[in-house]
Amino acid sequence: MADWKDQVEEIVFPGKISVPYFWTVGSTLSKWYVQMRDDGEIWGNRCPECGKVYVPPKIKCIDCYQDMNDWVKLPGTGTVETYTVVRYHEPTLHPKKPPFVYGVIKMDGADTGMVHFIDGVKPDKVKVGMRVEAVMAKERSGNILDIKHFRPIP
Amino acid sequence: MGQRVGIIGVGQTHHAAHRLDASGNEIIAEAVSRALDDAQLAMDDIDAIVIGNMDHFENINYVDMWATDGLGSCMKPVFKVTTGGTTGTTVGACAYYHAASGVFDVVLAVGWEKNSESDTQAAIATCANPVLERDPFAGAIGPLATEYSMYMKAYGATEEDAALVAIRDRNNALNNPYAHNRMKVTVEDVMNSPMLSYPVKFLDMCPRSDGACAVIFAGESKAKKLCDRPAWVHYSIVRHDYTHFGDLEWQWMPTLERASAQAYKKCGISNPLKEFDVAELYLPCSTTGVKWMDSLWFCDKGGAPKLIRSGATNMDGILPINPSGGVIATNPIGATALIRVGEAAWQIMGRAGDRQVPRVKKALATGFGGCSWTDLFVLGADLP
Amino acid sequence: MERVAVIGVGQTKYEQGKRDTFHELVFDVAGKALADAGMTIKDVDNIVSISSDFWDGRTISSMAIQDAAGAFGKDITTVEGDGTFGVLYGMMRILSGSFGVCLVVAHHKGTESNMNGITNTCFDPLLERRLGLDALSSAALQARRYMAVSGAMPRQFALVSVKNHGNAKNNPFAMLPMDITVEDVMNSPMLADPLKKLDCSPVTDGAAALILAAEREAKKLVTNKKRVWLLGVGHCTDAYRLGDRDLADTRALKKAAKKAYSMAGVDPWDIDMAEVYDAFSYMEPLWLEGLGFCDDGKGVEYLERGTFDMDGKLPVNPSGGRLSANPVQVAGLAEVIECVLQLRGTAGKRQVKGAEKALAQGINGMCGQSHCVWVLGK
Repeated sequence: MADWKDQVEEIVFPGKISVPYFWTVGSTLSKWYVQMRDDGEIWGNRCPECGKVYVPPKIKCIDCYQDMNDWVKLPGTGTVETYTVVRYHEPTLHPKKPPFVYGVIKMDGADTGMVHFIDGVKPDKVKVGMRVEAVMAKERSGNILDIKHFRPIP
Repeated sequence: MGQRVGIIGVGQTHHAAHRLDASGNEIIAEAVSRALDDAQLAMDDIDAIVIGNMDHFENINYVDMWATDGLGSCMKPVFKVTTGGTTGTTVGACAYYHAASGVFDVVLAVGWEKNSESDTQAAIATCANPVLERDPFAGAIGPLATEYSMYMKAYGATEEDAALVAIRDRNNALNNPYAHNRMKVTVEDVMNSPMLSYPVKFLDMCPRSDGACAVIFAGESKAKKLCDRPAWVHYSIVRHDYTHFGDLEWQWMPTLERASAQAYKKCGISNPLKEFDVAELYLPCSTTGVKWMDSLWFCDKGGAPKLIRSGATNMDGILPINPSGGVIATNPIGATALIRVGEAAWQIMGRAGDRQVPRVKKALATGFGGCSWTDLFVLGADLP
Repeated sequence: MERVAVIGVGQTKYEQGKRDTFHELVFDVAGKALADAGMTIKDVDNIVSISSDFWDGRTISSMAIQDAAGAFGKDITTVEGDGTFGVLYGMMRILSGSFGVCLVVAHHKGTESNMNGITNTCFDPLLERRLGLDALSSAALQARRYMAVSGAMPRQFALVSVKNHGNAKNNPFAMLPMDITVEDVMNSPMLADPLKKLDCSPVTDGAAALILAAEREAKKLVTNKKRVWLLGVGHCTDAYRLGDRDLADTRALKKAAKKAYSMAGVDPWDIDMAEVYDAFSYMEPLWLEGLGFCDDGKGVEYLERGTFDMDGKLPVNPSGGRLSANPVQVAGLAEVIECVLQLRGTAGKRQVKGAEKALAQGINGMCGQSHCVWVLGK
């Protein structure tokens, strides 16, 4: 029996959901971004119960569910916990052209890692355990790209 | 097999058009913290969590994962359900079944939305079939206007009848500190407000809000131990209709009629208007506060205008409807239906503050959404 | 506690570029599951659909498939996440005593959407989303971390691809049956170091359905041979941000597995076959460690020894795994269905002989943030 679908002219409607979005940054992250934008500094916040320091900061400690009002300034240096060299390109997603490097960086003075770009080094020279420091963007507007990237500490 | 389940705590945010002070996770945390306080529990007491919202209102995929910080769900079981407007009751029902199954004991249900973060109507429009109906018949207002004009023609209901519902709910909201729109309005104010889509006017229609609601469900023994007056879940039911708007029977509300008929039968309710002490109904538009009274069996077919005009559903009437101000006062969509459940529970627990209806023993809560479908809860002060 | 059984299963062939609409796919598999159980939609008293507004490109995506799932006039609800979670909700609804027979159905058309763009929306718009992360690049971060902690090497991860694509040759539903070698995997294009094309699961279309029944209903509706019991289940979520977790630590999976084993009253090695979520090759040994089949960091050694081969001590992913077909929402449901077929003894050329107990594991979120573990038995 012939497949009925072979008799069908296949029409496809292209579609796109275009909805504008405006995300409220909220009290905790706003404070973090303002410190970064105005002073070029990276801060973390500390759980009053267990003492864990988070960067980026948290609204509540993920272990204790306590409010986090205790802020600590971090030196902006850290260690690479893991990384990847991205070779594919998604022009609408990626702010950089491949190859570029993402890393999870454990910041000195913090107990959690932070995902960001690692640059200023050949991608194949990046290693787990490498010491890095944050490079702030010259023009800062209060978002995650105010940190331009992390680079190896010479 | 299974266990009986009671609601032992409720929390909600202060709802507003724009909660620019708080991120999505922060409003979730606000509702969760308040529910924990209401139940006098700590996060460690929670065995499992259910969350829901509508994805395209904030453009966050896997909200159950993203909300970990606000929910306090790290290293806990967490579950996501979503069904459009009914999401809140769907979340509540899912938490109820978590506990009723006996697999979990104390379960936190969270519904939230930050409607200020997108274009609500543009996002809702995408629910319609993209090939057939998205262009001509999408968004929430058109279908509701259409069904009420049919009802007006069939039974002689008027625009003023709908306005009576609008002022009932809006003025009730003055007693609710959490409500988004709190303003005293008259029938004239409603009638003179801008026409959106005949016969629906601006003050007939729900707003879009930012807010969250959290409700804590517990199995029988835990509920008795943790709460002196739990709101017991007597019944939870969902009824669906066809998917295409064009297939629906607009002159009545079949899903509400079927869901409520089944619930009343199971709960032994023969005269719902008399036997319920309060109802928190998902009425997205004042017109539905007229038309759907038939479908809830509160009156005969076409009897709704008379019922509304009699004042029977006002705060001092035989069955107060929406003491909280309902959906036309407050509408953070993914939370909206859960607020109905939470408010109904608070009425039974005696914690409804200035909007408390005296001596509530039985309460009805509904959710409405998607393609005209109904979620429904019957709650009671006595064990089911 | 009353037991719940799987009494009917149905799935499409998994492939790219399916011409059927969502509701045609759902109608197809719901019908197949009902036919498998020898019943009609009238015997079903509630439905759990699994769909995603993101992958479907539609708000309230469940609206697209309700009619096809037979939802008219019924109690239906929608889980957004992996199919294993849908099965969990179906079971809880039955155990509550409110329902007797539940249809669980999932659909996915990866070819109608953009995987990287959609998984980018899993990241916080206030933080990492702007960096352009997605499922692939974040998985690469996890793979590298796993290597750093355990000493595992990409060549060992490649063994998973070789094994699972080979297993797929015996599964008529799988999309990518292939005879490949470790060299083929190593020589495939590097996407995000250390992950190469053949370490990654493909974009896939498909649908699956199964029917759950309370013990009393199951015994009425189907014969002994068709019934497979849900013995235990556990689910658990880890922290959200990648930096909040040690990506090589499977603590959430361990907690979920512990609950599932304890509910089922089994130890890991009581399991005869497992379907685990190998969206990327490295995930299989990592999850097998979390599931308690070997010590942390030893997964690849067991893999090299052939423990997880079809003729090994614990055949893993006889279906070909997600590497051979990854219809995202459907994936976990397809795993459970594979377990059912294995336990019924009707898995054809990929049958694991004498399988009495089977395990399926689904994930939600990036890098396996949330896990759902099932133990099923004859």
